[in-house]
Amino acid sequence: MTSNESGRFRRLGEEGRSRLVFSIDGQPAEGCKGDSLLVAMLMQIRHLRSSEFGDGNRAGFCLMGACQDCWVWTDTGERLRACTTPLAAGMRIATKAPEQAWPSLA
Amino acid sequence: MAEPRIVIVGAGPAGVRAAETLVASGVRPIVIDEGGRDGGQIYRRQPEGFRRSYASLYGSEAGRAEDMHRSFDALRDRIDYRPETLAWGIWEKQLHLLQGSRTSAVDFDALIIASGATDRLMPVRGWNRAGVYSMGAAQIALKSQATAIGKRVVFMGSGPLLYLVAAQYSKAGAEVAAVLDTSPFHLRVKALPQLIARPDVLLKGLALTLKLRRGGIEIQTGITPVEIEGRPEIGVETIRFRTSKGKVRTIACDAVALGYHLRPEAQLADLARCEFRFDAQTRQFFPVKDADGRSSVAGVYLAGDGALTLGADAAEVAGRLAALAVLSDLGRQVAGVQVARLRRRLRIFERFRRGIAAAFPWPAGAAAALGEDTVVCRCENITAGELRAAVSDNGAVEINRAKAFSRVGMGRCQGRYCGHAAAEVIAACAGVPVEAVGRIRAQAPVKPLIIGAESDAEQAA
Amino acid sequence: MKPMQADVIVIGGGLMGTAAAFFLRRRGRSVILLERGLVGQQASGVNFGNVRRQGRFLPQLPLANRSREIWGRLKELLGEDAEFLATGHIRVCYDPRQIGVIEAYAQKARDYGLDLELLNANSLKARFGFFGPEAIAGSYSPNDGHANPRLAAPAFGRAAARTGVAVFENTEIISIAKPGDDFQAIAADGRMFSAPIALVTAGAWGGALSRQFEEPVPIAVHGPQMAVTEPLPYRLKPVIGVSTAIPQEVVYLRQVERGNIVFGGGARGPAFADIRRAYAVPGHLGNQLRQIRRLVPALANMRVIRTWSGIESYLPDDIPVMGPSARVSGLYYAFGFCGHGFQLGPGVGDVMAELIDRGSTMTPIEPFHIKRFAVEAARSVSA
Repeated sequence: MTSNESGRFRRLGEEGRSRLVFSIDGQPAEGCKGDSLLVAMLMQIRHLRSSEFGDGNRAGFCLMGACQDCWVWTDTGERLRACTTPLAAGMRIATKAPEQAWPSLA
Repeated sequence: MAEPRIVIVGAGPAGVRAAETLVASGVRPIVIDEGGRDGGQIYRRQPEGFRRSYASLYGSEAGRAEDMHRSFDALRDRIDYRPETLAWGIWEKQLHLLQGSRTSAVDFDALIIASGATDRLMPVRGWNRAGVYSMGAAQIALKSQATAIGKRVVFMGSGPLLYLVAAQYSKAGAEVAAVLDTSPFHLRVKALPQLIARPDVLLKGLALTLKLRRGGIEIQTGITPVEIEGRPEIGVETIRFRTSKGKVRTIACDAVALGYHLRPEAQLADLARCEFRFDAQTRQFFPVKDADGRSSVAGVYLAGDGALTLGADAAEVAGRLAALAVLSDLGRQVAGVQVARLRRRLRIFERFRRGIAAAFPWPAGAAAALGEDTVVCRCENITAGELRAAVSDNGAVEINRAKAFSRVGMGRCQGRYCGHAAAEVIAACAGVPVEAVGRIRAQAPVKPLIIGAESDAEQAA
Repeated sequence: MKPMQADVIVIGGGLMGTAAAFFLRRRGRSVILLERGLVGQQASGVNFGNVRRQGRFLPQLPLANRSREIWGRLKELLGEDAEFLATGHIRVCYDPRQIGVIEAYAQKARDYGLDLELLNANSLKARFGFFGPEAIAGSYSPNDGHANPRLAAPAFGRAAARTGVAVFENTEIISIAKPGDDFQAIAADGRMFSAPIALVTAGAWGGALSRQFEEPVPIAVHGPQMAVTEPLPYRLKPVIGVSTAIPQEVVYLRQVERGNIVFGGGARGPAFADIRRAYAVPGHLGNQLRQIRRLVPALANMRVIRTWSGIESYLPDDIPVMGPSARVSGLYYAFGFCGHGFQLGPGVGDVMAELIDRGSTMTPIEPFHIKRFAVEAARSVSA
């Protein structure tokens, strides 16, 4: 797969791997077998999630499972650390916390 | 005597060599690895199906990487290897583990902590923007995923990794917009007497710089970072810095790799209640260990960059030494000649480390100059101004106190990436030496632990 | 060396001591506040942060009510609110036999001015949809809430200092005596402090001081097991707890406005007063997580990012030592709050200031008098 202009990352080899179809916020997306979820997402879009505290979008930071900046969600509410999660076909990923849809339980 | 229970945390160079040494003595250690495959970060294996050769992946270190992986493959049946397993806590002689959403505990007679290192960071205004990555992240993107962190990348920080990763990017066909080093060039010359301790590495370093320059890549030394500019939704767009001559420059880029050497992942050592010592040259705390890797706590041993950042080659030596120390302490016969030889090698690495630290110093002074609205703690979005208020308004001089008041270091990463800089900000604000500010105490879990976690026993039920 | 003199010496700069110093100063007394480490660093700073009245020992409710009133005025009194939020507090039970306990408590609490709303399985589900199916009844206290323990005692300490209290941190008192009209407290470095009145608010270390006046108490120390999750959207407003007779079922949680969920409960961990350390025990976390899932199943996907503990002091009857000394005039105590002192803190400070200032207090605190242990000691001798 060649580089996607709208994505953040750029591929530099290992082309020709088999493709895996997944989705980001309901939009269809495609990655390669062997991609981390982080790489697969950042080949498509420019961020993974937004900071909880209002300072903008985040796209991961350490890529080695240490900084915890790249947690995303599945549409069923599971959390995945994108840099240490291999992409799998059929993943339905959300870039926003599903709890935002919860009612305020006061 | 019953078979001693020896647990190694980490399957990087230190962990693998420790395991190998133990196996050679007829012991079957448990090896806990957060990664899915051995190699640690430095010799991380690329995913199945990737075809790049060792030579293209590891360059001059190809032989070492291949040997490391082969050694581990040979050990595979003679160790209890537990990949994708986090050691998240420790209590007396018991290590607490998490695999997926399953928790368990293993008892140990001896524990070798070879937990590796992560990047050491100094904030710069805008480092919380999407597109800013740690230096290690930039390297992992390339080595493990054959990707670049952006289409036009600036490398900023200091230390050998700055040049190495930039050169690797350039070689792989990525666009390197500039290499910006905060260390002035003259310090490199001054550190030569120590750097010559490893002439081969020194030459490789010089060759890297030459290669970058020949490739037409701009290298600036002695710079002062000013700001990584961009928009909250878009992320990085430009980087601004002051040259050594005082001129402010702006370079367009969509990604920045940022790093100032490494810091040990010493949380487990801390949770095991190991003592720490302050290293005045690099202005950070390291867990105390003797020449062979014995910590201050009986039965707990430290090896590799998780204890002292000497690099991968030294980690192999330290891993072997720690394993020999374990065996010796368990009453096994250990060849004194071998130990002496390994200790000698480690001393050379230590001398070289001092040289590197002198040539590429941690930019402590930058912390004092951070603007009030510059984010120090990325997780919690806490600014230098908010941290300083904890000092000036609330009298916090010790870092854990400042953390309690300001939330610096309280986020998901637990202060890994802001802790050292926060200590410098506090020290400068309070007018005390940074060692008096202390270090952020480790608190379990070492990394986030899912509330849905169930123990082995619960799952069986 | 000349001793420093004041009307009152307060020993121990936790929430009780800082609040007492603050309120004594408001009553015009000169005060020296002595803290061995830093203000609010021990139990006051590491507890759960519950500003809960329901479920307390009933005779303690007048004190708790008085304290609750002060919590609501923190901003006005101190210039900061320590993140106090009157979010309400809901306790649920799993065991049908516990419903009677909750109901009986609600009925009696009304006599003390605490109105609790009882909920059955249906109303619980309608009102707080996040509870698991095992929660069959509940009791809601609308005006309880929570605050940030890391901020509360330091806020009182700073306000006390601003209004003229002499606050000395890093000042360990190694001996206290009343050789004449005045108490003399001597610090480890030789500094001396003197006053006709002394108030011991030294938490887990209070027993060591009361012993110096021959009023020993059987104090024990434990470490609460606390933890916090990553930040989540702010949705769970009330503080949540479990009403149960089974210790391992006890769990409580609260979400702070920034989004993290703080929780604790279950087995306590070891604490060591001598080295001032208490530990979160990894082995205790499993049960807590199980209980959290049982209480609010939707939290199963969330991550715990940090655990901690602190040194709390407990007395065998689970109520504090509070009031005047039975032996020495001018000596007062307020320590040993058995893991439930945070809510009481501001009220304890206010009541002790009133008691010291006027010789009596309108809030009943007789059950907490230290003499109950003297009686016990005498009984055990005669037995």
